[in-house]
Amino acid sequence: MSPRDTSFHTSGDTLLDVRGLTVRTDDGRVLVDDLSFTVASGERLGLIGESGSGKSLTTLALLGLLPDGMTATGSVELAGTQVVGAPEKRLTAVRGRDAAVVFQEPLTALDPLMRMGRQIAEPLARRTGLRGRELNSAVTEALVRVRLSEPDRIARAFPHEISGGQRQRVALAMALACDPGLLIADEPTTALDVSVQAEMLDLLDTLVREREMAVLFVSHDLAVVAKVTDRVLVLKDGRAVEEGPVLDVVTAPRAEYTRALVAGARKLESALDLRSPR
Amino acid sequence: MTPEPKPAPVLELTDVAVRYRGAAADVVQDVSLAVEPGQSLALVGESGAGKTTLLRILLGLARPTAGTVRFDGEPLAPRDRRQMRRFRRGVQCVFQDPYSSLDPSRRVAAIVAEPLRSLGIDSRTSAAPKVAAALERVGLPADTASRYPHEFSGGQRQRIAIARAIVCDPRVLLADEPVSALDVTTRVKVVDLLAELKEERDLTLVMVSHDLSVVASLCERTAVLERGRLVEQGDTAQVLGEPAHPYTRRLIDSVPRLPV
Repeated sequence: MSPRDTSFHTSGDTLLDVRGLTVRTDDGRVLVDDLSFTVASGERLGLIGESGSGKSLTTLALLGLLPDGMTATGSVELAGTQVVGAPEKRLTAVRGRDAAVVFQEPLTALDPLMRMGRQIAEPLARRTGLRGRELNSAVTEALVRVRLSEPDRIARAFPHEISGGQRQRVALAMALACDPGLLIADEPTTALDVSVQAEMLDLLDTLVREREMAVLFVSHDLAVVAKVTDRVLVLKDGRAVEEGPVLDVVTAPRAEYTRALVAGARKLESALDLRSPR
Repeated sequence: MTPEPKPAPVLELTDVAVRYRGAAADVVQDVSLAVEPGQSLALVGESGAGKTTLLRILLGLARPTAGTVRFDGEPLAPRDRRQMRRFRRGVQCVFQDPYSSLDPSRRVAAIVAEPLRSLGIDSRTSAAPKVAAALERVGLPADTASRYPHEFSGGQRQRIAIARAIVCDPRVLLADEPVSALDVTTRVKVVDLLAELKEERDLTLVMVSHDLSVVASLCERTAVLERGRLVEQGDTAQVLGEPAHPYTRRLIDSVPRLPV
C-alpha cells in the first residue's frame, strides 16, 4: 500500500478524514472494523466505548503508532497526509505538528530521568527555533498556560516529584507546545481524582476553544465526553454503532447499545439525587 | 441471626492514627468511626486521603500507631488466633483489581474455596457444594469452577472475588473500590449484585470508593476523608444531599453529570 496523495492539501476544512479504517492482528482478528469519520478543523469529536471497543487502537492508528503485530488498512488522512502505510519519517513530521496526543497515564509520555522543563523545551525548540533564555521563558509560559502555579518549581522537577494532576498538565503543555491542529486526548482524566478531573476538563475546554483547535476526545465516560465535545461516535467491538450531536445521543440514543450505556450511567447518577426523599 | 436490642458495632475505630516508618507526618489522624450491623459504610475521599490505609486497618492487615480497633467490642489482637479465626470468618474482603487479586495458577473452585479451607471449616470435598452455591449466587455458570481466572472478563472476575468473599457467610464485606475498574454497564450489574447480597444475607458493606454514585447506591452511611482527617460523617443522604463541609461539597460538584 503506497501513499499516493501526500502532497495534497485539503482545501476544505476537513482536518482528519478516516475511511474504512480496519485494524487486524497478525493472526487475522479484526479489532477495528471498517471505521469512517471526519473531524473538521476546530471541531470537537468524542469517541465513546467500553474496554475492547477499539477506541484506543483507533487513536494509535491515526498517528501510525500501532503496536507490533497489528496492521491498519483503509485510509487515514491527517491534514492532507496519508498515515496508513506511510514511512516512519513522514509520520514523525505529522506527529506533534498536525496532531498531538495526551494519554491516560501521563507517565508514559514523560521521561522519568528528565526534568519537566527540558521535556517541554524539546518540542518547543524544534518548532520555534528559540534558545537559551528565550526558550526558558517560553517553557514557563507554556506551564502557566496549563494553569500550573509555581511553573519554575515544576520546570525543575522530575516526573515522580509532582502529583498526577500536575503531570497530566505537563503532558498537555507538551502536546500543545507545537500548536497542533488536532489534539487527541485518550482518557486524559480517567486516572485523576474527581476534583482534579473537573479542573482538567475545564482547562482543556478553555485552551481548545481559545485556539480553535480540533479535538478527538476518547473516553468510556459519557458524562465527561458530553462536557468537552459537540459530536460523538459510539464504538462497540470495533464498530461504529451510532454517531450524532452529543446532546442528541445522550438524551435520545438510537442504537440499542448506546441506550444501555446511557441507561447505566443515568441509573448510577440517579443515586446521587439524594435531596429528593428516598 | 439473633436480633439484639442494641447491637454493638462490628468494627470500631477510636482515635486512630497511622504514621508510616520514617514519614514526617501521620497519613491518618484522629479517626473514630463505627461499623454498625446493617449500616453499610462508605469511606470517601481522593487519592492520598488515607482511605485504603483505614481499610487495611479494619482488615487487620495494618496496625494503627495510635488509637484502638475493636471487633465485636473487643480490641483486635492479630496474635490471638481464636479471635482472628472469628474475625476472618465474619469479615471478608474484595479488592479493586480483579486481575491481580485472583491467583492465576489455580482453578476458580480452589480460589473460591480458600476461605473455607484456611478457616478449617471444610475440606476440598465438603467445600464443593458451597463453592457451587456461591458461584451460582453471583450469577456465574456452573462450569466456572473448573476454569482459570484468565478465561474471564473483568466483571466476571470481580464476581468470582465476590463469591470467594461470601462463601463463608461473613457479616461484613470490606471492599476497596470494588467496581471502579469495570465498564459502566458491568458496573451497574455488580452494584446491583452487591445490593442484593446486602439485603438477603444481612451483609454490612464497608466500602472505599471515590465514586459517589456507587456510594449513594450501596451505603447507608458515609465518612469523608481529606488528607488523613475525617471531615464529615453521617447518613449518606445527609452527607451527600446536604454536605456540611466545603470539601464534601467540592467532591459532589466535581462529579461529571450527563446533560438532561
